[in-house]
Amino acid sequence: MDMKVAKKKLGLKEKYRLMTRDLGWEPTYRAKDEVFPYVNYEGIKVHDWDKWEDPFRLTMDSYWKYQAEKERKFYAIIDAHAQNNGHLNITDARYLSALKIFLQAISPGEYAAHKGFARVGREFPGVGTQVACQMQAIDEIRHAQTQIHALSNYNKYYDGFHAFADARDRIWYTSVARSFFDDAMSAGPFEFMIAIGFSFEYVLTNLLFVPFMSGAAYNGDMATVTFGFSAQSDEARHMTLGLECIKFMLEQDPDNLPIVQGWLDKWFWRGFRVLGLVSTMMDYMLPKRVMSWREAWEIYGVENGGALFKDLARYGVRPPKGWDDAEKAIDHMSHQFMLGLYQWSFGTSFHSWIPSDEDMDWLSAKYPTTFDKYYRPRWDHIRKLAVAGTPFKNFGLAKLCQTCQLPVVFTEPDDATMSCHRETEYKGEKYHFCSDGCQHIFDNEPEKYVQAWLPMPSLFQELNGDIGAWMNWVGLRDGEDNGDYSGSRDQRNFDQWRGMATSNT
Amino acid sequence: MTVAAIKEYVGVPRDRVENFNGKQLVYVSWDHHLLFAAPFLLCLPPQTTFRELVEGPLSALVQPDPDAAAIDWTKVEWLKSNQPWTPDFERSLADNGIGHKDQLRMRTPGLASLSAAA
Amino acid sequence: MSTVFIALQANEETRPIIEAIEIDNPLAVVNRQPAMVKIDAPNRLVIRKETIEEQIGREFDLQELHINLITLGGNVTEDDDSLTLSWAE
Repeated sequence: MDMKVAKKKLGLKEKYRLMTRDLGWEPTYRAKDEVFPYVNYEGIKVHDWDKWEDPFRLTMDSYWKYQAEKERKFYAIIDAHAQNNGHLNITDARYLSALKIFLQAISPGEYAAHKGFARVGREFPGVGTQVACQMQAIDEIRHAQTQIHALSNYNKYYDGFHAFADARDRIWYTSVARSFFDDAMSAGPFEFMIAIGFSFEYVLTNLLFVPFMSGAAYNGDMATVTFGFSAQSDEARHMTLGLECIKFMLEQDPDNLPIVQGWLDKWFWRGFRVLGLVSTMMDYMLPKRVMSWREAWEIYGVENGGALFKDLARYGVRPPKGWDDAEKAIDHMSHQFMLGLYQWSFGTSFHSWIPSDEDMDWLSAKYPTTFDKYYRPRWDHIRKLAVAGTPFKNFGLAKLCQTCQLPVVFTEPDDATMSCHRETEYKGEKYHFCSDGCQHIFDNEPEKYVQAWLPMPSLFQELNGDIGAWMNWVGLRDGEDNGDYSGSRDQRNFDQWRGMATSNT
Repeated sequence: MTVAAIKEYVGVPRDRVENFNGKQLVYVSWDHHLLFAAPFLLCLPPQTTFRELVEGPLSALVQPDPDAAAIDWTKVEWLKSNQPWTPDFERSLADNGIGHKDQLRMRTPGLASLSAAA
Repeated sequence: MSTVFIALQANEETRPIIEAIEIDNPLAVVNRQPAMVKIDAPNRLVIRKETIEEQIGREFDLQELHINLITLGGNVTEDDDSLTLSWAE
């Protein structure tokens, strides 16, 4: 009997069942609690793991096929970029600052997310969940690798790329992203899903990858467009997984609602603080801009985030606690942050600069109620100091927020002329915060946040305030990687090489 | 609950005063003078007098502000932990009750060159 | 009313897919941005395998969408013949 029967192609649902749930088993010689010891302590009640369903119903065999296709597309473009002097085709070398921040702060976050998903994929008992987390763990390491690989081409020609891993661990402006991931990875598996699946994927990556990568296309940077869109094609699946996880928890037991709501409040605010970096990259660091941070927020924050919370209202979920404060900060945050980056630029592994007249006119058109009133006078004064030969450097270093670890550059939600001062005392120690949102997070779990390693106090603890020793330690080459773009080696090289590329002399 | 954990969990603060080699942290900010993006972080011996703090690092740090030359240090209004407070310039930080990581704020009514007109 | 959306890379593979989406969703608005196309629709957007196959003249597995997908907004429902994005009304 070797009659061939044409194999019937499996339907999507049947294939998903066979390739996920049917791969699972019930433990026999160990109790389930012993096999999955971390799934209960957060208080989330789950009655039926089989109710978890990946809306895309992606199975491992298809996953490999499509990911391989994405990689082939990615490397075709990366090769073309390197072969065609891609490093000279960007609009201006100022643009590279955005890439340097991305590589130092965000790409290592992808790697952290990889580790986190590998862990929670093991900690969740449901098979559908395990498979989805396994895919996401592989996605995240792919993102870290493709980003590092794509940007390595720039490292051959420009400063500030070479020590990104040390910058991630040790420098100060990256600690907002590092602490975000450390916080997520030291949480339980369900909270981790909200932190990454909801906050990082839903709140952050749309705002980071979509308008910013579209901006990279505008600025002639095909390498970044390619890794950005290649990564984001996975994010659509990740967001869907994050949303699925939220709905699953809410549907499994009504007692889960307050826990989930608390996490949404916390992780919205943590994500929003990471966006401080992104807002500055969008408004100040793209020589040619696609949209302002405010415009991007309208689309992906107000419209899409609003739709999400309207949808989740059927479970009793309300918008995150910090939502209104976030809205009030939108027209200020990029300016407050860039002013900080400029005055501390002796300590950044990227260049910053005083916006040109044209840049400032664009900013005042995009921020009609805030830029001319609050921020243009400061930039004008800073420019006057530079012209007078006494460029503004703030050697005072900065007070950092105990929770988000950013310098406390933010103002009161209702008064943009007043720094936000928040402090509390816990077991006899004082702690400072940038906002009510960050203070609430601390107050809920002080034992976690008292341990924060804050870069600026550490400079005094470990190096006695020696800035030169600190620069060596973080991999920052003074006079090359840091300071004003104007007069930098990146500027000189870009201008010279571009001249050579477009003429025969 | 002070942290979600599977068993009792006690965190160790990283920035206790004994880790600062005999010095302490003091944060100082100048209300409505946001040319300086964040409060200054100073690391000083607790024996430093308040006058030394003001005439040393603080005066140097505020120089870039156009109002700096017009500061009358005898008229500055001070806040400590957001409460009105009066320093004794001749006494030390410790004797003035300025603890590790205390936040001082200075107010200079009438000086606001770079601040938005209210 | 809430907006659902899908964003795809702007390339030769997605051109007929975008055309198919326009055919199946008369209320959809197509926004062309640098290197990407974002399609918005009120509350619901459906992507049909059959319509895409008519545009490209070959068989199409809906999961091929993953290759050029940038992002989306809305609850996802997928089966062999269609992928739907929706918000609860």
